Amino acid sequence: MLVYRIISAVIYLILGGIVAGLLAGIDRKLSARLQGRRGPSVLQPFYDVAKLFSKETLALNHGQFVIAFSFLLLIVFTGVLFFAGVDILLVFLALSTAAMFLVFAATSSNSAMSTMGAQREMMQMLAYEPMVLITAVGFYMSTQIMNGGEGSFKIIDIATGDLPSIVYLPGIFLGFLFILTIKFRKSPFDISTSHHAHQELVKGVTTDLSGRNLGMIEIAHWYENTFLLGVVALFFLSNDWWSIPLAVGAAALVYFIETIIDNVSARVKWELMVKLAWGVTIVCGGLNLLVLEYIF
Amino acid sequence: MYSLKKGMAMELYIALLIIFPFLAAIVQAFVKNNTVRKISVYISSAAIITATIIFAVLNFGKEQSFIPTDFMLGGFDIIGTVNYGMLIVEFILMGIITYLSFKYKKYYAALLSIVQTCFVAWLELSGNAHAVNEYLFCDNLTLILCLMIAVVGGLICVYAVGYLKDYHHHHGAEVKDRRSFFCAMLFVFLGAMFGIVFSANLIWMYFFWEITSVVSFLLIGYTKTKEAVDNSFRALWMNLLGGVGFAIAIGYAALKLHIFNLADLVASKDPVIVIPLICLALAALTKSAQLPFSRWLMGAMVAPTPSSALLHSATMVKAGIYLLIRIAPAMTGNLVGLTVALIGGFTFFVASIRAIIHTDGKKVLAYSTISNLGLIVACCGVGIDETIWAAIFLMMFHCVSKSLLFQTVGSVEHTTGSRNIEDMHGLIKRYPALAIAMTIGIAGMYLAPFGMLISKWSALQAFVDAGNIILVLLLAFGSATTLFYWTKWISKLLAYARPTIRRKDTTSLDQWISIGGHTVMMVALCLVFPFLSNSLVNPIVNSLYGIDNFKPVLSDENLFILVLMIIILALVIVAGFVITRLVKTKQTSVYMSGIDTGDERHYVGAFDEERTMYHANWYLSDMIGTDRLMNVATAIAAAGLIIGAVLTIGGVL
Repeated sequence: MLVYRIISAVIYLILGGIVAGLLAGIDRKLSARLQGRRGPSVLQPFYDVAKLFSKETLALNHGQFVIAFSFLLLIVFTGVLFFAGVDILLVFLALSTAAMFLVFAATSSNSAMSTMGAQREMMQMLAYEPMVLITAVGFYMSTQIMNGGEGSFKIIDIATGDLPSIVYLPGIFLGFLFILTIKFRKSPFDISTSHHAHQELVKGVTTDLSGRNLGMIEIAHWYENTFLLGVVALFFLSNDWWSIPLAVGAAALVYFIETIIDNVSARVKWELMVKLAWGVTIVCGGLNLLVLEYIF
Repeated sequence: MYSLKKGMAMELYIALLIIFPFLAAIVQAFVKNNTVRKISVYISSAAIITATIIFAVLNFGKEQSFIPTDFMLGGFDIIGTVNYGMLIVEFILMGIITYLSFKYKKYYAALLSIVQTCFVAWLELSGNAHAVNEYLFCDNLTLILCLMIAVVGGLICVYAVGYLKDYHHHHGAEVKDRRSFFCAMLFVFLGAMFGIVFSANLIWMYFFWEITSVVSFLLIGYTKTKEAVDNSFRALWMNLLGGVGFAIAIGYAALKLHIFNLADLVASKDPVIVIPLICLALAALTKSAQLPFSRWLMGAMVAPTPSSALLHSATMVKAGIYLLIRIAPAMTGNLVGLTVALIGGFTFFVASIRAIIHTDGKKVLAYSTISNLGLIVACCGVGIDETIWAAIFLMMFHCVSKSLLFQTVGSVEHTTGSRNIEDMHGLIKRYPALAIAMTIGIAGMYLAPFGMLISKWSALQAFVDAGNIILVLLLAFGSATTLFYWTKWISKLLAYARPTIRRKDTTSLDQWISIGGHTVMMVALCLVFPFLSNSLVNPIVNSLYGIDNFKPVLSDENLFILVLMIIILALVIVAGFVITRLVKTKQTSVYMSGIDTGDERHYVGAFDEERTMYHANWYLSDMIGTDRLMNVATAIAAAGLIIGAVLTIGGVL
């Protein structure tokens, strides 16, 4: 088992960035087609990042590099932990610590656009954080039911249950999908920074990052996206072989849906985002937990 | 049981630990010269810290032990005399409260004080209260508390010397210089705290408990302004109400159950013990400033910073937590536990929301104290072994990091003239040392590899195991709001803003000794965390629950990963700074959509005039800034507490 865990972590380390980079390319292609454009090559995100690294880096201070680098490393670390199958709470806590570094990267610049972006980024964290913790608790309770008492937060145990966890966690899955839009920085919740060129805050949190520093943030986002899709896949994994193609298919479908949502919705104000996210968390997540506790 | 082989060494040592701070206080009360005060505070603090560490090392890992204290000295009944002495002091305290209540026309405080003092005095004099010979008590939990009180409290006293000098320099004639009184009160506080943690007997505990109530009242009223007086009386009546609860608990336990010791009460199988338990819980909730009694701690902010640091970290609020941890095994799964747990969880959530709206650093710290204590209280209320483990760690980490934060805020205030978080913008450039100490303090409160978060994590896990979904939800939402208010504070500190004015860092050596000591302790605590868990905290949980195989919810694998994470973070930050020195990076200026004037501080406005740029954090005051939120929350908590108490008492009568 340990060997598989290490292999899966190594595969993530090597392919994690590439997969999400390709997905980003597909996303752009798809969006372009939806809007009646031809769109760039699927490999365009890689060209973009390569170009960032070849450019001269303009920085406001020495701290920016350190913080951007810490962000990248912590995100990769989080993903590696996830694919190595350790405690899911630990993974989520590492994720929020990593997310903090993006905020610091922005505010340390002392720039108006970045600082505003950072405030909005914190608002996003405020919106999605409860659901993230509840998701972890949901997984734990589903293993509790499947094992008949003894629960586990370990991803490896969650992924090898008798049934896919989604069976017990439909509400939590919906809630997680909701906050995934925030985490993917997709419209209507692309509040702190956006992939599109119509942000009123220029580039939000990443406004004052350039060249190498921006490239690292971009790669970190790829790793983060692969990891998040991994969490989606986790809902569908069980100890049957067919759960693997099911999980991959589900993750792909979710990404497709996110792209569609991104294209058909307009950005909302942060107040609405927080209210919606918390509302969905309470209704979907909270009810699901109560059902698990008192009915099963 | 502790044998008497060593003679009276142990109880004499404990007696000395309790009495010495009081003696130090008497010395302070008469010292009028600043240099003498400084030297005597240093000596007293050093003595308290050293004596406690030696005591802790000598008794480390010993079994829970009562210390028979029925010794006579040449036919002279020492204990009897001490008991009468305590009674006299209680009446003196009552006299002080009554006098001040009448002076400031706050008669209710006098009433509360007179009622409970007379009741306890009657209990003692009628011979109903002292049927045991075990007055003192010591186990690992006591030792942890002692170390917290001595080390953190001692350092705060040192800090106070430097701080008060600045304080009176700044405040000049507005505030009467009562430094002798202030320092004396700090030491009395330490002595009273030692008393609480070493007392096995409820009446002794109550005696020291009342001292902390009165001393905090006197400290809060230090400046004697109207606001200070009002706030100090609010603190007093709330804590006296808790004291009434304590007195009723003692009376009920003594008269009905013939129990005089806290440990016997907890071990008792009689179902009616829930009545004294809910009364003790009331006392603990008031002391720990839980809803509906949170307002006194907010009001306590008017006092000079060292007293806030002391109230919030090593003493006062931790007395409540200590009591709850002690009675936690008896609260497992009953209505008292449920009431306490829900009030704690609710307080955690509400206070963390309130912390968002404040710009005043001390207020944010105060709400964060209330909030974090709420979490600890919730852990105690759930009362299973896992949550107690989490509660003890939360208490330790909170103690050190909160004390550190109050002190850094105090020093920043004296250096820059403001404790407003908005004014701490770019502190890392102006006062790097203070900013780093403050950042470590904040990181200790909520960031991943640091202890608070680890404990919070195991609390979450334990809540799920206990099947309390409401607490899980409160913790999930409260964590998000906690994340928000700390992150925005750190991001203010870390902004690389070029300083406009640079004043000299006026933080004195006294303050640095304490701040430095706390910073080192904070980092060290995180590094020795697994060791502490195995050698100190696990045995406490074992002895509280009478089991011998307690395993914390965090597995070794997780602890290993956490240590790895600390190392990675440290390496990255060090490596990053080295790399940035090596790699060529071109300096540029902030992007301002092409309207900057070149100095990163001004821009060209719509009417072509030069305007100053200002970055503000978000405080969401239009959303949650109303007092209504707090009033409604207080009402809900009060209703919950009353319903819980009524159901508890009604259930067994």
